Amino acid sequence: MNEREIVFENVSKFYGEVLGVNRVNLSIPPGITSLVGPNGSGKTTLMNLMTGLLRPSQGHIRVLGVTPDEPERLFQFVGYCTQFDSFPRSMTGYQFVYSYLRLHGKPHAESKDMAWHALERVKLTDAAQRKIAGYSKGMRQRIKLAQAISHWPTVLVLDEPLNGLDPLVRAETIALFRTLAEDGLHVIISSHILHEVDAISDQVILLSSGYVVAEGQIHGVRTEVEDHPMQILIRCPAPGLLASQIFQLDTVVEARVHADGHGLLVRTRDPDRFYLLLNRLVVDGVNLESVAPADDDVHSVYEYLIGPDGGSI
Amino acid sequence: MNPGSWSLWRAQIGAILRLEIKKNFFARRGLWVYLLALMPAVLFGAHSYLMLRHQRVCNLGRDSLIFATFFEFFYLRLAIFFGCVGVFMNLFRMEMLQKSLHYYLLAPIRREVLLAGKYLAGVVMTTAIFCTGTALSLTLLLLHFHPSIVQQYLYGNGGLRHVLAYVGTTALACVGYGGVFLVMGFLFRNPIIPAALVLIWESLNPFLPAVLKKVSIIFYLQSLCPVQPPAQGDFAFLAILAEPTPAYLAVAGLLLVTAVSLWIAALQVRKLEINYGTE
Repeated sequence: MNEREIVFENVSKFYGEVLGVNRVNLSIPPGITSLVGPNGSGKTTLMNLMTGLLRPSQGHIRVLGVTPDEPERLFQFVGYCTQFDSFPRSMTGYQFVYSYLRLHGKPHAESKDMAWHALERVKLTDAAQRKIAGYSKGMRQRIKLAQAISHWPTVLVLDEPLNGLDPLVRAETIALFRTLAEDGLHVIISSHILHEVDAISDQVILLSSGYVVAEGQIHGVRTEVEDHPMQILIRCPAPGLLASQIFQLDTVVEARVHADGHGLLVRTRDPDRFYLLLNRLVVDGVNLESVAPADDDVHSVYEYLIGPDGGSI
Repeated sequence: MNPGSWSLWRAQIGAILRLEIKKNFFARRGLWVYLLALMPAVLFGAHSYLMLRHQRVCNLGRDSLIFATFFEFFYLRLAIFFGCVGVFMNLFRMEMLQKSLHYYLLAPIRREVLLAGKYLAGVVMTTAIFCTGTALSLTLLLLHFHPSIVQQYLYGNGGLRHVLAYVGTTALACVGYGGVFLVMGFLFRNPIIPAALVLIWESLNPFLPAVLKKVSIIFYLQSLCPVQPPAQGDFAFLAILAEPTPAYLAVAGLLLVTAVSLWIAALQVRKLEINYGTE
């Protein structure tokens, strides 16, 4: 059993007759992993299963070697920022984080220090003594995050953590996730905001209707999608000339001149051979201004695998 | 601290107790429990006030019988019963409805320790409220008697033992009904149904076969009451104790019923899932 990974073995969860997730097999390594999928695809179910808030109808889960049936061991090193936007009544932000640390069994002084440190990390010290009931959506999101990171977990599970955050705090929070991941943590994020997922994730897990449809590094997942040849946008002064030369490769299936007449959009089944060809053309004197993949991102992968109407993404 | 160590569990139960008592002890939604608990005190206080005002004195023996009847038929069977329904059934259920239970489940606490902490919090709250109510009722009942009569009653005629027995029975009622309604909170979403079922069961107790009588709380509590209500009048049929149980057996029996209830609750809490959408 791999004690450095989060492992799902043939995990299914049914709510009565309604499917939550079905036959999920995953191994999640350290780094930032994003769960992507439309509403109802099973992202939150997967997170609740790995933290023991739900129990699998079948299969086994182990988080760094510990089963979620042992919360007393699991939450020593797991922090979970849920999507539920509700809090115990009449608590201030500080009390919320502090009381959680006391539940760990930590003494008063240690809990106090750790609570203030967590509040500093999410930049909420000024509002710490105010009641959570008076917090904005973004502040509520941050206080949940403070609670999740307060005990220095090595696995951080974050369900839609960027919801409600203003752009500045969003950028700071993403930077915090990056720092945590660089420290060797498992950071598991579900998000609807694809371009942010794209920017921060080391790997993605794409879910649709309770099934894992793809997993791995984004580029790797994109390469696996053989039904949709890779699109590459080339900016150049003579796209027509370039188009005539690239069709010597039988893996190029389409070349379309850009509307402004200064670029070429190429679709190819073998991007590696195509890039080699471009190198040769440059050596032969063809003038290219820029070359960039046009659909090697989460959004495209998502659209190809799940469809443009997959949900509210 | 070791995840399985007593000192850790003690610290965690302490943290749960503090949280629960802070959240629930003086909560506005629990006001009716205080009213139930203090109602007898108000009645006995009013009685003493009227006696003092009209310079009349009752018979202490008769008043203690009235108190015994009131204690058994109102305080034990209704006030503490429904107070425990309100407090214990909501220990988990209310947090499920408020969608805040998951915070407890995200802490490194054994589910059984969480259950113990919440149960203890409920016992502390109900015991404090209802034992105060009992002690206050007795104090106010005795208020209009001459101090020498009260002194004679307390120290000469075993009155102090009665007071302690009433307060102790109140505390045990909270312990017993607390356990029963804690488990009911897991099994039923609507508190009215289990409350009605248990109330019927407890009311039928005098008519049940000897073995079934023991599967109730009121059976043991009746045996612990220091003064038995008179076996005449409208409620006489409820007062019949076919086989009065010795106090030590009554306490042991009640604790056994409570332990079984808590064991079932522990099985339930281990299976507990957070699925607020279905609540």
